Amino acid sequence: MRKFYGFVIKEFLHIFRDKRTLIILFGMPVVQILLFGFAITNEIKDANIAILDLSKDATTQKITNKILSSKYFLLYQNLNTYDEIEKVFRTGKIKEVVIFEQKFEEQMKKTGKANVQIIVDAADPNTGNTILNYTTAIINNFVREYNPTSNIPYFIDIQSRLRYNPELKGVFLFVPGLIAIILMLVSAMMSSISLTKEKETGTMEVLLVSPVKPAQVIIAKVIPYSLLSFINAVTILLLGKFVFGVPIVGNLPFLLSEVILFILTSLSLGIFISTVTSSQQVALMISLVGLMLPTILLSGFIYPIENMPLFLQIISNILPARWFLIILRDVMLKGSDITYVWKETLILFGFLLFFIGLSVKNYKVRL
Amino acid sequence: MIRVIKFLIIKEFKQIFRNKSMLPLIFMMPLLQLLILANAATFEIKNLNIVIIDKDQTSLSRNIAGKFKGSKYFNIVGYTFNQKTAEREIQNRHADLYIEIPNNFERDLIREQTNKILVVVNAIDGAKGSISNFYVQNIINDVNKEIAEKYLIQSNTLVAADFKQIDLNYSFWYNPDLNYKTFMVPGILVLLVTLIGTFLSSMNIVREKEIGTLESINVTPINKIQFIIGKQTPIWIIGMFELVFGLTLAELVYHIPFLGSPVVLFTFGALYLSLALGVGLLISTVTETQQQAMFFTWFFMMLFILLGGLFTAIENMPAWAQTITLFNPIRYFIEVVRLVMLKGAGFADVKNHLIVISIMSVVINGLAVFRYRKTT
Repeated sequence: MRKFYGFVIKEFLHIFRDKRTLIILFGMPVVQILLFGFAITNEIKDANIAILDLSKDATTQKITNKILSSKYFLLYQNLNTYDEIEKVFRTGKIKEVVIFEQKFEEQMKKTGKANVQIIVDAADPNTGNTILNYTTAIINNFVREYNPTSNIPYFIDIQSRLRYNPELKGVFLFVPGLIAIILMLVSAMMSSISLTKEKETGTMEVLLVSPVKPAQVIIAKVIPYSLLSFINAVTILLLGKFVFGVPIVGNLPFLLSEVILFILTSLSLGIFISTVTSSQQVALMISLVGLMLPTILLSGFIYPIENMPLFLQIISNILPARWFLIILRDVMLKGSDITYVWKETLILFGFLLFFIGLSVKNYKVRL
Repeated sequence: MIRVIKFLIIKEFKQIFRNKSMLPLIFMMPLLQLLILANAATFEIKNLNIVIIDKDQTSLSRNIAGKFKGSKYFNIVGYTFNQKTAEREIQNRHADLYIEIPNNFERDLIREQTNKILVVVNAIDGAKGSISNFYVQNIINDVNKEIAEKYLIQSNTLVAADFKQIDLNYSFWYNPDLNYKTFMVPGILVLLVTLIGTFLSSMNIVREKEIGTLESINVTPINKIQFIIGKQTPIWIIGMFELVFGLTLAELVYHIPFLGSPVVLFTFGALYLSLALGVGLLISTVTETQQQAMFFTWFFMMLFILLGGLFTAIENMPAWAQTITLFNPIRYFIEVVRLVMLKGAGFADVKNHLIVISIMSVVINGLAVFRYRKTT
């Protein structure tokens, strides 16, 4: 056992002597969460639009005001003719043009029907679609208010309750996602070069001839890294709570034990990469280039998994981050306990055992 | 001079092509990711799972439930009379929302002339939450309209013109089918090429430093400009190859419209790549180990990718973050891809982008060359 402690201490010394890496390791996640927490959002805010009002009457003015007084849209330009639409879109500055037909109010009064045309820049279809949805909702609300209720015999209203995130803040969605992604990548990258570094610099030979067992070598390497990752996780959780107001509704010790489980899973994935590669470059290529985009895109961090085509939903199952993200959102925001996330927890456990098993199998006692 | 560079390039290429485990990673992994990941990126919200609590059980309440059933946006996952059950369905993620039509809904509606339906939405994803709310509102608007129309016929007290409507027509320009792949495939290719290019160049010199072979290069008469050009050119060629090949593959598989000229796009790509490699080189000169280089690369890549405007729109970011994106090379490439491929922009339209990227490339590469020392 004393030999083992010696190893753990050796690993700690390795890490703490490399001050630069240490600063990077603790500093970068903090910078990232602060930056991305503010900047990443899928809410539409102050989108520039142009208005082509061919009628210019009281009603179109009212609708225009209603659209512009929502926090979603800003008027970029008033257009006068259809020909200007193409030109203003070309500038790339606007996302939408709202067109009121001629004699809008007159039509409305005479026939009860008037026409609004909306042209959306759908080069980015996700934003385009959301913008259209918001505009439609505003105009529909206008119609509802415009019709004097005395004309309508009965009127159904809805009363909405927004669970878990009543102010519809984007950070509620993205902070847990950032935690999952940062932990996944940092842990996997750190541990993926742990053994390859020894192989590359030639010190692996020394490890192999020492009386320490392979499992002990690996555990000794994992311990300092788990500690580092855990400190990172706690820092990010604290930042999320105190800077962004993302609550931790669930049980804290339970949340932290899930975090530890995920860190161990990510580290064991890294160790597995480490056992099958022979140079740091290859190991890093796999853990950085191989994991980064798939984790960002398929974990549900930005894009909801349920909207993806079926084959991608199936592929997304092999990402541990996907399952951790479910646990994290549920425990942090909904206050769920183990009865709601036992399945996801079991899956993470499964990944952990799987990666450890593969690592042990691939750990070569000869070079 | 040229001869020295030529030999260096040959040496680098040999090193790359001899490394059998690296080759598939450099060429296969990005293409595979390109083909697979492009399908992931949609915010389009449909199939919202809904639970319906209909305590009223009248023809009106059944009509409302039927409207949800017929809507392409909703997918009814259960009916219940118990609010607790519905709440639990939201908590365990089986449902995105539920509506509750209260007891005596129709009777009270007629008596009081108005009545409320409760809508409870899981709003963790704020944007999705508010859109689900819009969809519900639209359905209820329809129901209201029907009620009013029915009433008109029965009573003859109103004429159709009293019930005002606005017809909404909409069209999506530049991408009428809202095909997000048109937008995503070239964007993801840009990310992958940047990632590979920056990664390889950031590892390149620091690797020699760590293994100790940099010393042997340093004692040769090769000067640092020659050395850097020799190191960077092969990676640049690989990057360009992936860009061209990836785009061709994407065209074949996804049939993305390409309105503009490939010459414009690839000219920009060539300049852009020199910048991406410059970033890698700069990282390489300020770090001691591959581990440090990798963490730097990772940091900048996360920054470039998440603030590049591909996954979440730049217009929605706060003003200071939008200012930061002005220094993000990926932002410019993604804009150029969009302009050239979807809007048919020519050299004149992307002139500013070309200028910005060229300046950035000169500055970053200049810094990197300046930082690089032949002494260790």
